[in-house]
Amino acid sequence: MELFSHHLLSVILFTPLVGALLLLFVPRESSLLHKLVGNLFGVLGFLVSLPLMVHFPAGSGEYEFREAADWIPSIGARYALGVDGISMLLVMLTTFLGMLAIASSWGAIQQRTKEYYILLLLLQTGMIGVFVSLDFFLFYVFWEVMLVPMYFLIGVWGSDRRLYAAIKFFLYTLAGSVLMLLAILALYFNTAKATGIQTFDIPTLLAAVQNTQYSAVFSESLKAWLFWGFFFAFAIKVPMFPFHTWLPDAHTEAPTAGSVILAGVLLKMGTYGFLRFSLPLLPAGPALRWKIIDVLIVLSLVGIVYGAIVCLMQKDMKRLVAYSSVSHLGFCTLGIFALTPLGLSGSVLQQINHGISTGALFLIVGVLYERRHTRLISEFGGLATPMPNFAAIYLIISLSSLGMPLLNGFIGEFTILQGAFVVSKAWAAWATLGIVLGAAYLLWLYQRTMFGPVTHEVNKTLPDMNLREYAVLLPLVAMAFWIGIYPKPFFAYIEKPVQRIVQQVNPTFYQSAASSRLRQIKEVKEVEEVKDEEKIAGEAARSR
Amino acid sequence: MPSFLQTIFNYINGDGITVLPEMELLLIAIGILIFDFLLEKKEKHWSAGVALFGVAMSAGGLFQQAKRFNAEHTFRPQVPAVFGFQSTIIIDGFSLLFGAIFLAATALVILLSVRYLEIEREQEGEFYSLLLLACTGMMFMASGSDLIVLFLGLETMTLSLYVLSGYLRREKRSNEAALKYMLLGGFSSGILAYGFSLLYGLTASTNLWEIGNRLDVRAQIVANRGMTDWIVVLAFVTVAAGLFFKVAAVPFHQWAPDVYEGAPTPIAAYVSVGSKTASFALLVRLFIWVFGGSQPAWQYLIAGVAVASLTWGNLAALTQNNIKRLLAYSSISHVGYILLGLVAANETAVTGILYYLIAYAFMTIGAFAVVTVLRQRGLIGDELVDLDGLYQRSPSAAVLMLIFMLSLAGIPPTAGFMGKYFIFLSLIETHHPALAIFAVLYIVPALYYYFRVVLHAWLTKPGEAPAPAMSSAQAVALGITLFVTLAAGLYPEPFTRLARYAFGQ
Repeated sequence: MELFSHHLLSVILFTPLVGALLLLFVPRESSLLHKLVGNLFGVLGFLVSLPLMVHFPAGSGEYEFREAADWIPSIGARYALGVDGISMLLVMLTTFLGMLAIASSWGAIQQRTKEYYILLLLLQTGMIGVFVSLDFFLFYVFWEVMLVPMYFLIGVWGSDRRLYAAIKFFLYTLAGSVLMLLAILALYFNTAKATGIQTFDIPTLLAAVQNTQYSAVFSESLKAWLFWGFFFAFAIKVPMFPFHTWLPDAHTEAPTAGSVILAGVLLKMGTYGFLRFSLPLLPAGPALRWKIIDVLIVLSLVGIVYGAIVCLMQKDMKRLVAYSSVSHLGFCTLGIFALTPLGLSGSVLQQINHGISTGALFLIVGVLYERRHTRLISEFGGLATPMPNFAAIYLIISLSSLGMPLLNGFIGEFTILQGAFVVSKAWAAWATLGIVLGAAYLLWLYQRTMFGPVTHEVNKTLPDMNLREYAVLLPLVAMAFWIGIYPKPFFAYIEKPVQRIVQQVNPTFYQSAASSRLRQIKEVKEVEEVKDEEKIAGEAARSR
Repeated sequence: MPSFLQTIFNYINGDGITVLPEMELLLIAIGILIFDFLLEKKEKHWSAGVALFGVAMSAGGLFQQAKRFNAEHTFRPQVPAVFGFQSTIIIDGFSLLFGAIFLAATALVILLSVRYLEIEREQEGEFYSLLLLACTGMMFMASGSDLIVLFLGLETMTLSLYVLSGYLRREKRSNEAALKYMLLGGFSSGILAYGFSLLYGLTASTNLWEIGNRLDVRAQIVANRGMTDWIVVLAFVTVAAGLFFKVAAVPFHQWAPDVYEGAPTPIAAYVSVGSKTASFALLVRLFIWVFGGSQPAWQYLIAGVAVASLTWGNLAALTQNNIKRLLAYSSISHVGYILLGLVAANETAVTGILYYLIAYAFMTIGAFAVVTVLRQRGLIGDELVDLDGLYQRSPSAAVLMLIFMLSLAGIPPTAGFMGKYFIFLSLIETHHPALAIFAVLYIVPALYYYFRVVLHAWLTKPGEAPAPAMSSAQAVALGITLFVTLAAGLYPEPFTRLARYAFGQ
């Protein structure tokens, strides 16, 4: 039990890896055994992560479940893990979606099953590692390592243009990451110069950047350079508007489980990076800071609207869902760079929501693809007749994705808009355009594929969902309802870390809020005093 | 008689220890030539065993040297070296570490060659003898402290390698490789010798330390007069050009792809690793010790060559269809990264150069080893298409190839990443952000061509090529290279210490 109480994060991190290593020793022919072991470790990975959520101290804004051990003492790199409320939720999302993605592959993947499950489990470890690392060196290792299994997942089990999509994904992401490596090294070197300590410890490094004592080393321009160094890695991963071109290819060509993980978790690594690393690097001076913020907000807004418009003209269902990610992730970055508590917490929640809704949409496309081996919208039509239960689930997921109240998407988008509105009404207005367009493309897609008469003869006899597909999709539907109806527990985890970030990054927000509250209190007091005087005067008059 | 033996032992324990590993190699190399006569045609592979024994003996000698060095180092910490053989040999962490790399590379190449030569029907003792001779030369290049010793070491190495690259007498490409290598190599040796003679003319000494001191004095005088010392510049440029030839840096790289392609694959690995590492040992020794004072002046020349090597190496590799040629261009780009370390030239940089060379040695031999394994009767196996479907034919070979390619590209957690890490860090520390950005972005095209290899091995349907068969010696070599490539990436601490030890840190 000591293992679980003191090394919970290590257990979560390495459970999938153990599964992958075990699979190495399973003979290549016994495909059923691969599936069983793969699924077992998918479920196990989720189960061992549950204590994380249960035992997470409520109302903590600090890193919890910390672990640390020396790794490369001569350069100051450590094996350091820890999660705060934000990364805890992202870890949960990873293990949850990972489990479902593995389960969804049971029927879809028939060849090279051994390697498939090994790679999925390796990917799982890589992604969890990114969210739990508290050491930049370790973080970078996980960040890069994860690319390799994804490359193979797309390249081996993808559809027609898989080779192109796989290498494009790898090269794009790598181009961003190597610049981030330089930024990490510059951060490391300058912190060592300022404090004399050689360390890759993330909280220490980020605190050093913000410490006004070291402003001689961390000048405004250096901060801006560091910010842009990290920016490309995260912007490509998210992906922000001009860096998004790898995404439609990778998402479309990847096998269903790959798309679910790409959209559900991989993209969150970008937003997580923005939140955790880019925000503290923002220059403090208003001139430079607002220049940067303006660029990022404009890119986010363009992403939201552009992504949605491109969705409207897609012929391929999967490509449509892929482009919808560009639009939805634009909301997340908008929330982050609004630098308000509401924007940030909405953004975190929206990241979870996007993982659930878009993950489910990819699974839905996967369900159709398994039946018809095509993803063209024109090949479907009137599917609600042969597949009524499928139609119901699909509808719920579509509504959740487009932001229908009582479903998860609404809560996230609404909170982000609130957060953005406080800063600028124009931002919120443009983003709202994205929501309207989102409703348009999702509902139009639903209408074209599900409603009306059955347009193709083959579609008339399509079987409805089977048990396995229910097992994969229903948990997602349940989550969509849970977050949509009762998001409070989720916000409770997010609130404190977000508060800490805003206090660090945008202290003026709280100061102005506090001062205005102070003013209100003063006014109330003055009014009461006046009333008291009147009262006294009145009583005096009466007694006379 | 006992007194005679006693004299020898005394000598070996005294001054002779400074050349002990080299002498052991030399004796065994000659021994193999005699021993080879006694063997039947089918028993020729025993020569390989003797050669391995020689490497082990030499490693023992190196160990003795290390003990002596460590003892003297604690005794007189201000002089971090042992001089011997009339001050022409220096034993320090640098020579010890490089000696160990050369011996390891030689042992790995011997392990790879046995089966390869059997397939080529060229199993002869001379091959192993020449390998040991080349290794002797390399070790002198790292431990020499005198221009003549260094030059002789260099020539011993290159002459052996000329013969070895033309070892497949019936193969046209091999003959072409040997001839090209010899002509261009001889030319570059001439330039280097010219530079050495200028240095001797300037300082009237062949001892590196004397040269270094006298050049510093001279620089002082010339600087006071406000002039440029063009003869020293000429000496530097000729020495540098000669060495750039040997390490295959752009624009002196043209021989590399042809030699790699034509030479027997284990020898291509040996040229790529042994000769390059040895030339870097010489280059670092000369540039840091002899020309170290004028680093701010020559760093621009090095930076230019490094950038050119990175650019040309990476871009030319993109279109190669032969794995050995591809690896040749990739090795040119690695030279670029290592040279960038000389531009930074601080503590991190020298650690990085050494780390990079260790990583480079093992991952490159590993990659060549996989190509060697592909060579079978009736299949040369060095074209990219020969790799097609390697995964289905031999999963372990495909996994090995993947790991070596990742390491060559510099993806963590592999040895190649750590090497690049130190180089990039040193560039940032010395305020060369533009060079750092430039160098780091070249990882992207590099990954593209390394992954062309992976693509053929993993994502393409197998052709008609049979499953490659690995001999147990080759498996051992692959195992060692794999272990170091992963260990130096996952747990770099001991390797970092080794690299720092080499510079007495």
